[in-house]
Amino acid sequence: MADQPTPLERFIRGILPENPVYRQLLGLCPTLAVTNSMKAAITMAAAVAFVLLCANTVTSLIRNLLKPHLRIVVFTLTIATFVTIADRMLAAYMYQMSKTLGPYIPLIIVNCLIICRCEVCASKQPVFTAISDATGQSLGYGLALASVAGVREILGTGMFFGFRVLPATWPDWAVMVLPPGAFITLGLLLGAVNWYSGRGAK
Amino acid sequence: MAETEKDPAEMKNRFQNNYILQAWLCISLALIFGISLAAVQAALGPVIIENKLNETKEKVPELLLGTEAAEKMAAANQAFKITPRSIVVEKNGIQKFYSVFEARFEGGRLGGWVTKVDGQGYADKIELLMGLDPSIETITGLFILDQKETPGLGNKIIEVVWRGQFAGKSTGDQLKVVKGGAKAANEIDAVTGATISSDSVVAIINKTINDLRQPLMDAGRTQKE
Repeated sequence: MADQPTPLERFIRGILPENPVYRQLLGLCPTLAVTNSMKAAITMAAAVAFVLLCANTVTSLIRNLLKPHLRIVVFTLTIATFVTIADRMLAAYMYQMSKTLGPYIPLIIVNCLIICRCEVCASKQPVFTAISDATGQSLGYGLALASVAGVREILGTGMFFGFRVLPATWPDWAVMVLPPGAFITLGLLLGAVNWYSGRGAK
Repeated sequence: MAETEKDPAEMKNRFQNNYILQAWLCISLALIFGISLAAVQAALGPVIIENKLNETKEKVPELLLGTEAAEKMAAANQAFKITPRSIVVEKNGIQKFYSVFEARFEGGRLGGWVTKVDGQGYADKIELLMGLDPSIETITGLFILDQKETPGLGNKIIEVVWRGQFAGKSTGDQLKVVKGGAKAANEIDAVTGATISSDSVVAIINKTINDLRQPLMDAGRTQKE
């Protein structure tokens, strides 16, 4: 256990050093798909955080009962359940948002980020560590989604969270709202993060 | 004697390797999760249905009169009086229930019908609203209520550009999907790269008109008398 990271380390690592999007390149499908507005990105990040937290907690609680060759089945079962709950909650209380996000909420089931945390951390660590790991990773994921969405929304529509931040004369870059804008933004931000950490290493 | 000594160990081995026993955790988790999901659905299902119903009622003026006239109507502070109805169609001994909304102007004049129907799409069920004029002669509008078609391809069926094609189509002919450039009055342009989604929507519409034309005409007539 000595060389295992402590709960606090797990939490901090999730935010930047092991950021799911910028460092592990996981969960890229929703990162590209739902980040053309801040509101959608934050809702998506919240849904992922809910699923990740619940799945990590349950997995950690039953970790001693897991059979190695059946563990993926159990992970998927757990994740699918919480995703369905999140999906129904959105449809009931945030109906328009659930229509905007469309199939991307059900698709959280196949988000590698969550199954990766279950496998790497929750299935081997006590509950407290699993929870702090899930919180850190969710925050990191939320930050990544928000950074991509912020750039895209401001450049694409001149708005931020639905409020105008750039002057009305700003020529809205429609391409930033469309899928190519997602690739360009993510690519540039990834490059920036890599350049920054590479500079630090020297 | 040796045989009887060996037996318990072998029994134990067999016992441990039994598939069902190995999967006890999966099975019990599936049961627990299943029950919790049923509870969530029981609690949230009615709220979701009501959300859909509210959206349906909001869409009725636009579906029957078109966007401009609907906005004018809203600006004049007028609204349709909407009565939900259930129409039973019996075909080959099977009963099918259609939920239809009867919309009347404030004076009581029939404004048209909006039917809510669903059918299988490419990925999942497609749920749509179709507006029909009072005499069931033309389709007045189409709105996709719920779909999970492929993002970027099939989900283009929700866009006004595509679903706008349906407004003004006659209910007399079966609608037909064509690729690239609809010419005839009953032709609908397919969504590029999503012929199955386009076909599904058109099939749902054709079937609904087929089933509902007569009952709705009868309903309209009896109301008049």
